[in-house]
Amino acid sequence: MSPETDTAVVQGSKAKLGEILVDVKNLKMYFPITEGIMITRTVAEVKAVDGISFHINKGETLGLVGESGCGKTTIGRCILQLEKATQGEIFFEGQDLTKLSQKQMSPIREKIQVIFQDPFSSLNPRMKIGDILGEPIKVHGIIPDKAKREARVRELLSLCGLNPRFADRYPHEMSGGQRQRVGVARALALNPEFIICDEAVSALDVSIQAQVINLLEDLRDEFDLTYLFISHDLSVIRHICHRVAVMYLGHMVELAECDELYDHPHHPYTRALLAAVPIPDPTVEAKRAHKVVQGEVPSPINPPSGCVFHPRCPKAVDSCSKNVPEFREIKPGHWVACTEV
Amino acid sequence: MATLLEIENLKTQFFTSAGTVKAVDGISYTVDEGETVALVGESGCGKSVSALSILRLIPWPPGKIVGGHIKFNGVDLATLSEEEIRKIRGKDIGMVFQEPMTSLNPVLSINEQLSETLITHFGISKEAARVKSLALLEMVGISDPNRRLDQYPHHLSGGMRQRVMIAMALSCEPKLIIADEPTTALDVTIQAQILELMKNLTKSLGVSMIIITHNLGVVARYADRVNVMYAGKIIESGTAHDIYHNPQHPYTLALLNSIPRMDQPRRDKLDPVEGQPPDLTKLDDGCSFRFRCRYAVDRCANAFPDLEKVGDTHFTACFEKGRLKESVKVVS
Repeated sequence: MSPETDTAVVQGSKAKLGEILVDVKNLKMYFPITEGIMITRTVAEVKAVDGISFHINKGETLGLVGESGCGKTTIGRCILQLEKATQGEIFFEGQDLTKLSQKQMSPIREKIQVIFQDPFSSLNPRMKIGDILGEPIKVHGIIPDKAKREARVRELLSLCGLNPRFADRYPHEMSGGQRQRVGVARALALNPEFIICDEAVSALDVSIQAQVINLLEDLRDEFDLTYLFISHDLSVIRHICHRVAVMYLGHMVELAECDELYDHPHHPYTRALLAAVPIPDPTVEAKRAHKVVQGEVPSPINPPSGCVFHPRCPKAVDSCSKNVPEFREIKPGHWVACTEV
Repeated sequence: MATLLEIENLKTQFFTSAGTVKAVDGISYTVDEGETVALVGESGCGKSVSALSILRLIPWPPGKIVGGHIKFNGVDLATLSEEEIRKIRGKDIGMVFQEPMTSLNPVLSINEQLSETLITHFGISKEAARVKSLALLEMVGISDPNRRLDQYPHHLSGGMRQRVMIAMALSCEPKLIIADEPTTALDVTIQAQILELMKNLTKSLGVSMIIITHNLGVVARYADRVNVMYAGKIIESGTAHDIYHNPQHPYTLALLNSIPRMDQPRRDKLDPVEGQPPDLTKLDDGCSFRFRCRYAVDRCANAFPDLEKVGDTHFTACFEKGRLKESVKVVS
């Protein structure tokens, strides 16, 4: 049931589409909740990701959007093999990452990099910026020569809009925006093909956020990068992504080409999300109907039966509490998990 | 409408080992009865400090209100004794903080926290306070309020904690509520619920509100008037319509241009403000935005421009506002 989208339009990207880079099939990640000290037993499970399939084409940016606890970060961590998936397959360039040993995974890690959300906690405060950037290059044996490595570090810094002299500084000497640029430079250090941006611009102020978004777009074009862009900010997702997947409580509820999703949302949750985002224009806001979706996200330990969104859904019918809706293609490239569409 | 709060040339500074931080540097604005006024700006622009100054919650050392007047209902809060200001805090002026996770006391039940304010300010019995607390929880839309009263903050979700904070802020029938980033820590659907709730309650109870936020969308939806802050100063002020449709300060314009908008066609590139906000310990006499400003001229370095009237309700602090006006493409 992997969604195929041959029709996806990539704007502003030189890469040719068609070739699948990342293919996730029926991914499940359950975190056990244990009791007992000596003899631990599992009493429940947090179903963080519950059967998700999608693919990302080469050169494409796929947006993963949803509220806290919907499992979007867990998907990223599973692809990076920072979590061992409970079930499912993750293919990268045709290789199933879930079946690889640590040693076999090592060369692939060069190609998959990550940019984290918090620029304050994701850089080691005791390391100079130059060492933070140089370490992966050294560990992977790409540039063994120290002087050449330092030249590469300076190149990375200027590539990300930072003064090469920053190599001698410590993270605390830099602002949030500058640190996030270091985070981007670190992700680029190994010439990756695929970067997971996990809320990469969420902690930044709007003026700085726009700078980093532009940087990410420029780098994507220059190095033919593929992004998985995880964010809760629907406006930012719309700006940067080619295709967008909406998640709710461990499930994917809608997936479509970006403009299609924002112009013709079908799933009631996607509609609720889009309606909840305030538009920075008082005239537009005065005309908009403010239909607020009621209730809160239920616990993933004990998710609702049937469709997980049915307790909050304005369109729910009786069968929604019993049957899990199939993730089906209603138009070429537009997938929805709702029986009432 | 009568003016409820009038802030005049307020200055709050922090005396640190690295130098004096001019967090709020001479700001003036008013809040009318029943009005919602927004303070907008990026991290470190002084918007929270200016709000905390109203309630005199600036910790000394290192912070101190060094000048200005805060006239609330005709009384200058800046001159009150500690005992007198405590009678106003939580009674006439309520506060909703950003972090619903840390702003409630984790070892007191919801009932104890709500009742404490009521008992302190109204001198009512514990039983009467519980009845009132129950009604407050119902008012802010918490289901099963009787059970929730005996629970502790960790039993509640983020959205529900923020509802409790709102109940607490409204408990003593205040005239003014200061909401400091009330929804920044919440998800969008919960943010929409909380903001609708605050809007409906302030309207029906006739309470004025100062909302502090960095989210320009929230401001557009809920604020009557907007003050844009940069490096401790208000650089533009006007109705929401003035600010969004006719920005008269380069910083406001740059802010509006740097956010992607969902209701407009996708742009190829965003137009960010280059550079970083200034170090507040090293401000000079000139305009603090000039280093990032596309319209900066020589005299911007000599003096900080005054807020000047550019429309009935619209003020801006920029020497080059005329030139800006010519080049602004008014959106929609």
